[in-house]
Amino acid sequence: ESITVREALNQAIDEEMERDESVWLLGEEVAQYNGAYKVTKGLLDKYGPKRIVDTPITEMGFAGLAVGAAFHGTKPICEFMTFNFAMQAIDQIVNSAAKTNYMSGGFCKCPIVFRGPNGAAAGVAAQHSQDYASWYGQIPGLKVVSPYDAEDAKGLLKAAIRDPNPVVVLENELMYGVSFNSSAEITSKDFIIPFGKAKIAREGTDITIATYSRPVGFALEAAEKLAKEGISAEVINLRSIRPLDLESIVKSIKKTNHLMTVEQGFPQFSMGSEISAQVMESEAFDYLDAPVCRITGADVPMPYAQNLEALALPDAEVIYKQAKRVLNVE
Amino acid sequence: SEMTTIELGPRAFEGYNIEVPSSQVTMSKADLLAIYRQMQTVRRLEMAADSSYKHKLIRGFCHLCTGQEAVPVGVESALTKDDAVITAYRCHGFTHERGASAFGILGELMGRKEGVSKGKGGSMHMYAPNFYGGNGIVGAQVPLGAGIAFAQKYRGEQACTVALYGDGAANQGQVFESYNMAKLWDLPVLFVCENNKYGMGTAAGRAAANTAYYTRGQYIPGIRVNGMDVLAVRQAIAYARQYAVSGEGPLVLEMNTYRYGGHSMSDPGTTYRTREEIQHMRSTSDPITGFKHRLMDSGVATEDELKAIDKEAKRLIDGELAKAKAVPEPNASELWDDVYAPGSEVPYLRGRVPEETHYYAQN
Repeated sequence: ESITVREALNQAIDEEMERDESVWLLGEEVAQYNGAYKVTKGLLDKYGPKRIVDTPITEMGFAGLAVGAAFHGTKPICEFMTFNFAMQAIDQIVNSAAKTNYMSGGFCKCPIVFRGPNGAAAGVAAQHSQDYASWYGQIPGLKVVSPYDAEDAKGLLKAAIRDPNPVVVLENELMYGVSFNSSAEITSKDFIIPFGKAKIAREGTDITIATYSRPVGFALEAAEKLAKEGISAEVINLRSIRPLDLESIVKSIKKTNHLMTVEQGFPQFSMGSEISAQVMESEAFDYLDAPVCRITGADVPMPYAQNLEALALPDAEVIYKQAKRVLNVE
Repeated sequence: SEMTTIELGPRAFEGYNIEVPSSQVTMSKADLLAIYRQMQTVRRLEMAADSSYKHKLIRGFCHLCTGQEAVPVGVESALTKDDAVITAYRCHGFTHERGASAFGILGELMGRKEGVSKGKGGSMHMYAPNFYGGNGIVGAQVPLGAGIAFAQKYRGEQACTVALYGDGAANQGQVFESYNMAKLWDLPVLFVCENNKYGMGTAAGRAAANTAYYTRGQYIPGIRVNGMDVLAVRQAIAYARQYAVSGEGPLVLEMNTYRYGGHSMSDPGTTYRTREEIQHMRSTSDPITGFKHRLMDSGVATEDELKAIDKEAKRLIDGELAKAKAVPEPNASELWDDVYAPGSEVPYLRGRVPEETHYYAQN
C-alpha cells in the first residue's frame, strides 16, 4: 500500500470537511479545475460550491475575506496556488490573522489554515522559488508546519484544521507526486500529528542533521551514503517550524556532539540561523565539538538555468560532503 | 408611544443605479431621544479621551470621531445585534454603539486591565459582540468585512455586515478586490465610506480621481448620504440592510461627514485646511446641534428636556472615566495571555532574555 503526498493532503481536507460543517476551502482553481496541483481533486463534486470556493486572482482580498470568515464562526482553509503569491496577502496573514486574538484580549479568535506549495519547484526562476519558513516562523500568534512525506502531510494538515489558531502549512510542489508507504495508522480518520514535535527520521550517533520539507529526503540519502563509510548521521525531520522542537535537537546533540541544519531558504536570518542561536542559548552548547554548520540555499535570487539552479539549492551530495567536513574526516 | 414623522429634505440621499430611500422618517419620541442621547454620549466620550490624552493618561495613537457622531449612532440604530460591524482605527464611537461601556473604552485607552481588550489593543483595537474592531491597517478591514458577511451567508444568518472605511482607504486595491468578490457572490455586506474629506492631511480630491465614492463600486449600486444627519444615516442603513439581507448583494454607501479634530492627537488639523472651514462646519452642519433643533422644531422635545440629557451624558462619562482611572494596569503575567487560544498554546515563548521565557501549562 502506498500513498502520495497529494493524496494524503486531499484525504486530510476531505476527512476534516466531513467531520466539521464549518470547514470550507477557497483559493484559485481549487474547485472546477480540481486544484492547480490537484490537491483538491474531487472535493467540489463531494461538497459543492458552497464549501469549495473558486476565487478570482486576488490574494490580498481572498486571504482577508477568509480571515473575516474565520472571525465569524467558520474554519476556512485558504489555499495559495503557491506561497510566492501569498506575499500579496502577507499583511492579512500577519496583521489580521496572527495578531487579532492578542489585540482583542482573546475576544476574537481566528481558526484558519493557510496552505500551499512553498520553496523551490523546478525551473521556475526567482519569483516562484522561495522558502517562507523563517518569515512566518517569526510571527507570534501563528503556528507554522512544513511536512516532508505523506504521513506528515496528512497528520499535520488535519491538526492544522482542528487548531483554534491561524496555522501556516508550507508544502512542497515537488513532493506532491512522491509515494510513501501507507499504514493503517495513517489512513485512520483520527490520525493527527501534534505540533511542536520533531520526528527522528533516522537514528545516528555521530552527527545531527536537522531539516524539514523536501531536504529531509536529501538528508536521508546523504546519511545512507555516510553510513557506508562508517559515519552514523541522525536525521531530524522538524515537521513544525513554530513551535520549534528544540528539545529534540538538544537531545540529539548530546548524543552526537555535532549539528548541521539543512534548508532551501536564503542563508541570512534563516531557519539554520535561528536554530544555531537557540542551541547557543541551550545546554547543548557545552556538548558541541564543532561549530553548528548551516546548509542553506545560496544567497541569490533563484536562477533559471538548470546548472545554476542546482548550485543555488542544497542536495544530498552537499550534505554528505559537509557532514564529513564538520566531522573532520577525509 | 407617540410617533413623529420627520422630513429629511431633498439633499439627504443621492442614488447610483438604485432608487434612494424615502426621505420621510417615522419614529417614536423614545427612539428619537435615545438617538440624541447616544450622540451626546459619544461626543462626551471623545471629549474625555481628548482631555485624558492631553493629561498623558493615553499613549500612542488616538483618533477621535468628534463631528462624525451621526455615523456610528445612525448605523447602529438601523441594525440588529445579529448584524456585524467592522471599521478602521477611528473606532471609539462604533465600539460604544455596539455595546461596549464607556468604562471599558476609556479603560482600554488608558491601558488598564479592565479595558475592552484587557489593555492590549488600545485606541485602534476595540471589540464588542459582532463588532470586529478597530483595525489599524488602512483598508485591510474591508476584505475582513466581506469575509464576515461570507460567514453570515454560509451559516444561514439573516444578517448583514457593515464594513466601514475612510475616503483615504477608499483608494486601496483590496477595497476593489472586496467589491468584486462581494458582488460575484452576492454577499450581504454594506461597504460604507465615511468621507470626512481628508485622508490624514490629504484632501479627498488630491488622492482620488473620482471623489463620488458611492459610485466607485461600478457594478455595485450606491447611495450618497448626508452623514451629518443621523436620521438620514439610519434611514439609508435600514434600507440597505433590507437589500443585503434579502439576498440582493452588496451596496456602497458614502456618508458625507466631517471631523473637527486633526487626524490624530498629534495633528492640530490646521495645516491642510483653514480654521474658518472647521468653524463653518461646526456652526452650520453639526450633527448634534442639527438634530437638537429638529427635535425642538418638530415638537418632540423641549430645550430643557434635551439639556437634561446633555447633563446626564456628561455625568455618565465623568463617572466612567473616574472608575476607569482607578483600574490598575494589566498584571505582568498577562503579557503572555492570548497570543494563542487558551488550551492550544505553544509550549513556551521567549522573553527578552532566555531567563524570561514563559512556559505554558502543558495542554
